Amino acid sequence: MMPSGMRKFLDSGTLFVWLCGSGLMVSILMIGGLLLLIMMNGLGYFWPKGLVEFTLNDGTMVLGQLTGREVIPESATPELPDGKFRIQVKVGNRDLYGLDFQWLDEDQIQTREQPGEVLSIERREWGKFFGRIQAVKKREVVLATGNMEGLKAVKPLVEQMNDIQDRIHHLQHDIIGAVNYEIEAIRLALRDLELKDEQETNEWVDLQKRLVGLQANYEEHTKMLRALYDQLNEYSVILIDANGREKDLPLGQIVRILQPNQLTVFGKVLIYFSNVWTVLSDEPREANTEGGIFPAIFGTVMMVLIMSVAVVPFGVLAAIYLKEYARQGLLVRLVRIAVNNLAGVPSIVFGVFGLGFFVYAVGGSIDTLFYSAALPTPTFGTGGILWASLTLALMTVPVVIVATEEGLSAVPMEYREGSLGLGATKVETLLRVVIPCAMPGILTGLILAISRATGEVAPLMLTGVVKLAPSLPLDSYFPFVHLDRKFMHLGFHIYDVGFQSPNVEAAKPMVYVTTLVLVFVVVMLNLMAIAIRNRMRKKYVGSAV
Amino acid sequence: MEIVKTSQSSKPLPSSVLKVNVSKDEPDPMKQTGESDAIQSPNSDRPKIEIRQMNFFYGSNQALFKVNLNIREHKVTAFIGPSGCGKSTLLRCLNRLNDLVIGSRVEGKILLEGQDIYAPDVDVTDLRTRVGMVFQKVNPFPKTIYQNVAYGPQLQKVRGRAILDEIVERGLKGAGLWEEVKDRLHSSALGLSGGQQQRLCIARALAVNPDVLLMDEPCSALDPISTSKIEELLHSLKQQLTVVIVTHNMQQAARVSDYTGFFLLGELIEYDDTRRIFTNPGDRRTEDYVTGRFG
Repeated sequence: MMPSGMRKFLDSGTLFVWLCGSGLMVSILMIGGLLLLIMMNGLGYFWPKGLVEFTLNDGTMVLGQLTGREVIPESATPELPDGKFRIQVKVGNRDLYGLDFQWLDEDQIQTREQPGEVLSIERREWGKFFGRIQAVKKREVVLATGNMEGLKAVKPLVEQMNDIQDRIHHLQHDIIGAVNYEIEAIRLALRDLELKDEQETNEWVDLQKRLVGLQANYEEHTKMLRALYDQLNEYSVILIDANGREKDLPLGQIVRILQPNQLTVFGKVLIYFSNVWTVLSDEPREANTEGGIFPAIFGTVMMVLIMSVAVVPFGVLAAIYLKEYARQGLLVRLVRIAVNNLAGVPSIVFGVFGLGFFVYAVGGSIDTLFYSAALPTPTFGTGGILWASLTLALMTVPVVIVATEEGLSAVPMEYREGSLGLGATKVETLLRVVIPCAMPGILTGLILAISRATGEVAPLMLTGVVKLAPSLPLDSYFPFVHLDRKFMHLGFHIYDVGFQSPNVEAAKPMVYVTTLVLVFVVVMLNLMAIAIRNRMRKKYVGSAV
Repeated sequence: MEIVKTSQSSKPLPSSVLKVNVSKDEPDPMKQTGESDAIQSPNSDRPKIEIRQMNFFYGSNQALFKVNLNIREHKVTAFIGPSGCGKSTLLRCLNRLNDLVIGSRVEGKILLEGQDIYAPDVDVTDLRTRVGMVFQKVNPFPKTIYQNVAYGPQLQKVRGRAILDEIVERGLKGAGLWEEVKDRLHSSALGLSGGQQQRLCIARALAVNPDVLLMDEPCSALDPISTSKIEELLHSLKQQLTVVIVTHNMQQAARVSDYTGFFLLGELIEYDDTRRIFTNPGDRRTEDYVTGRFG
């Protein structure tokens, strides 16, 4: 016999409540912990860290950012039960040292200082440089020497160089890009005429003339570009690292110079937000490990939007047929089971299907029919944002079907009877009463589909995602939306930066930043859909979904 | 075999839809004779609906047995009986809403103004605009008050703001709701009280200008004040159309109806003048039911 208190406790169901509660608690803790980890690592990336200068016992100096501290393995002795420690320092200067990080045993360190004058120089190549300025030169003429003087001389020059960089970017992307685009269009038109055996016609001659004009135009702009590049190399700065090793750096290579140890908290906050903005708005540099991730954000959002446009009508129509028109029987039950199982198929399988069907079969046929002039270079016959979106749409269509069916079942029978009783046909009833009422359910399906699709990487790798896309799938050249283009994606970016980059350790913060942005994008897309759903719900108060 | 209303609805639409108004102005000989005759001898005026030897099946389950019944124009006819006696089923047959029930089957005939509504060439949607329905469960659409009333006319392709405005106003006035909602026509219908919502459903049905209005226990979910409003409404409605009402409430049947049919287990036990049914029924079972001995 159990003691009566215990018995009472068990009978009251309190135990069960606790069990359920703790289950929920564990889930929340896991999600919260995950988000916290990503946020801590991701958000810390933007904070300008101070530079520490270490003097080691053998007299060598090490300058860098402190990034970690750990016990040296198997260093514990009876006198030192905790063992010895070592610290990890990010030393930068990849071009000089070959490594970004260095481990220092703590008992090797003689002094640690945080000298105010040391510089952290953000460069376009080779990562950051930590050190001091020795001299600033214009060609062979020395303009200034010493760290302070040099910094004063360099600061306005850096701004000037950044202007030139902006002009180069503008020239390359907008002007020469447009000329190239036109040249390519004419080349295709000529090839088209050639295939049709219509050479030497007036059209042909016209196009040839325009081509010559454009090529001259192109030459002219490249000349301008070369002149600008020369200007970039006009000034250079001689830098020295902590041990006095020299490095001659053209000024055009510098993005920004900071004195991190002299920054006030306010200054750091400003730099923090400017870093955030850079990551969100810039294009990637140096094999994606530096710079921004804007093309990846853009590609992800655009792909999800195209997918939504494709999946909703498709899924909703299928669900309406299944629920409202099909005679409920064995066949419909089998179809429903098949649809549900489709939702569980591994995404890579959809990727393989997308590659085989969309890219090779559909895309290949489109190429031979409409883009034969461009062959053998494929236009749609290779991965692209359209095929990736459609593959994901196919993957998420079961989710939309199931949610829509549930939404339709939740529309009360009285609404249908009321509408039919007023002389509406079945179609009119569906369009005017049932589907508007089921709209929140449909949007719930879309939300689930978006959540699943945004994070999916595997199928994209087969159907159009790339490490670095030269241009966005949306631009100012007719027809503005280029569905055939390859694109960048945050999920793939994480994989690429984290595992495929030459310098995995240095890229680690970028992985967290990208992860954080991906989570943020998913949340934003979901919030958008939820906002639309809530408006619908308000409009159709009383619908049960 | 052409249904009378079909030829009517091919006339220019506005006048057809606004018939509620028109029928007041135009002399209608049928209606006048009907009213004058009804008081002296109920059986002499022309039946609006004739139900002939009707059987109804849900699958293999027979719900109605050989029902014969005449429903008279401009009268209120009530169907009473215990739950499951088939009175709602019969009502829903009158505008063929039972077609929606998979496996349902009708035998016999239902004639609306002499035309069999189950004949193969009948347009069901057209029939339903002639025979409107108000349901037991109050069911305004989750739209605005205006959109609810305009729903039926819009289905009939009535366009034009002014015409729709007029129809909506007429419908709401016909249902005695106009004064209460005229300032908030474009707010949600679901913000109305239960009784108002039911009158909105009546207004919605009136807006398509039906000849017959079927009411399936329209007051069962309403409070007594709302119920009495709807009962008053029935008195004015029967000037313009024919009402068939199913009710559980025998007092209500006694108050509002001119004729009453008593159903039991799918059979029409007795059908007569309401006063007779409640004071001097011909059948023992009717008497037991109306005096509350079972039910």
